[in-house]
Amino acid sequence: MKKIYQAIIILTVLALIPLSGISQCKSFAKKVCKLELAPYTHDGNYNAAILTEGEDAELYKTFYAGQDYRIYICGSESLPDIEFQVLDVNRNVLYDNRKNNFSRLWDFNLESSQQLIISLRVKHSEGESDELISGCVAIMFGIKESD
Amino acid sequence: MNIKLFRNTFYLMVIVFAIPLLTNCSSDKEKEKDEEKDEVVTIDSLAIDEKLVQDVKTVKEIFYSLPSPLETAMILKQAGAKYNEEFLNPTENTSKYVTNKSMALNLGVYTTDLSYASLFDQTQATINYMDAAKKMAEGLGILNVIDEETINRLEANINNRDIIMDIISETILNSSSFFEENDRQAMSAIVLVGGWVEGLYIATNLVGPDVDLENNELVRRIIDQKLTLSTVYHLLEENIDNEDVKSIIVQVDQIKKIYDDIEITSSEIEPVTDDETNVTTLKSTTKVKMSPQTFNQLKKQVKVIRNNFTL
Repeated sequence: MKKIYQAIIILTVLALIPLSGISQCKSFAKKVCKLELAPYTHDGNYNAAILTEGEDAELYKTFYAGQDYRIYICGSESLPDIEFQVLDVNRNVLYDNRKNNFSRLWDFNLESSQQLIISLRVKHSEGESDELISGCVAIMFGIKESD
Repeated sequence: MNIKLFRNTFYLMVIVFAIPLLTNCSSDKEKEKDEEKDEVVTIDSLAIDEKLVQDVKTVKEIFYSLPSPLETAMILKQAGAKYNEEFLNPTENTSKYVTNKSMALNLGVYTTDLSYASLFDQTQATINYMDAAKKMAEGLGILNVIDEETINRLEANINNRDIIMDIISETILNSSSFFEENDRQAMSAIVLVGGWVEGLYIATNLVGPDVDLENNELVRRIIDQKLTLSTVYHLLEENIDNEDVKSIIVQVDQIKKIYDDIEITSSEIEPVTDDETNVTTLKSTTKVKMSPQTFNQLKKQVKVIRNNFTL
């Protein structure tokens, strides 16, 4: 009986681990990140994950001619700087935020539609701490009609 | 014995409540360094970093992002599309959808119709399609994504397009994040594919028989979907264990075969930034080759699939 009871609790714990992070990430994306997209309209898509310093993520998306876009890389305040690059399908670098003081947003439009890759990496913290910091990182897209 | 059981339970409960705090977005800390992770990511120089981005296998998270229903509607409008309710899925069809697959597909379909109607200031259609999307969401067990408050807010601001678009954007965010939270990524993919096919269906139907296929913006956006098709595949293949996804891939294959006959060649992309506005333009030229027969085949096949989704 005791073992069954403990097993139930352990399973509950395991089930809660991913949920707590994802729920907080959603709330973070909705309440914090979305505001930074103004005056662009958030496209509504949810691309967020818990990342630890040193970890990276990539997003593949087609961007269309005739639209103005804003990419906003939104990370928890506790995280170090986030490096992000925009690459074409041949992985040529079109934008690198390290050349723009680690800016987390980039506004652009296209003469012709292209599939692009958003590649990001959470930098390591400065110093010798043994503790790795984790936090929510969301890749947000704002759109508006070109003038 | 009882004391020991109580103590063990207490420790476990402490873990239950501590884990959410440890994974908190604002101040998460990992207790131990993960040697393997460090090996992959402790790369600082630009040269090595280039190597890093070339090795996709080391990437922790990969996202495949389809145009959302809202973006699809904006692309249609920007390309010169007109409003035609005839091509939307009638809201009366909601009662037909009783399986998870049909409700997910039509959540995408109705959200695209909703976005399209709202961008063309079709107030009553906007309310009707929000209600249809609400029924699909409720059928899928997504509670509170579109509640009474959402409907009331929509009705109160029905003449304010910015607020309407914000409500639609939030609705899409709530449903896609719900599926993520509940480990139902396959459903999320099906919703997006439903919305994508609906956009393609509306677009192909809005192209009249006399249109010059080589010089029409809407046709160009339809051709551009060849680029998006690979993302559709990746998104579905990530969820290939799901039987509903398997059946949808078979149908998407039919569209792909036709897109294979369309040629797109693009020049290198040159980024040019306007110093005043700080907006970058990605300059490039693209050449496309598509015969009228191929376009007609595409239009026909998209209609078949869309009917499979909605009828």
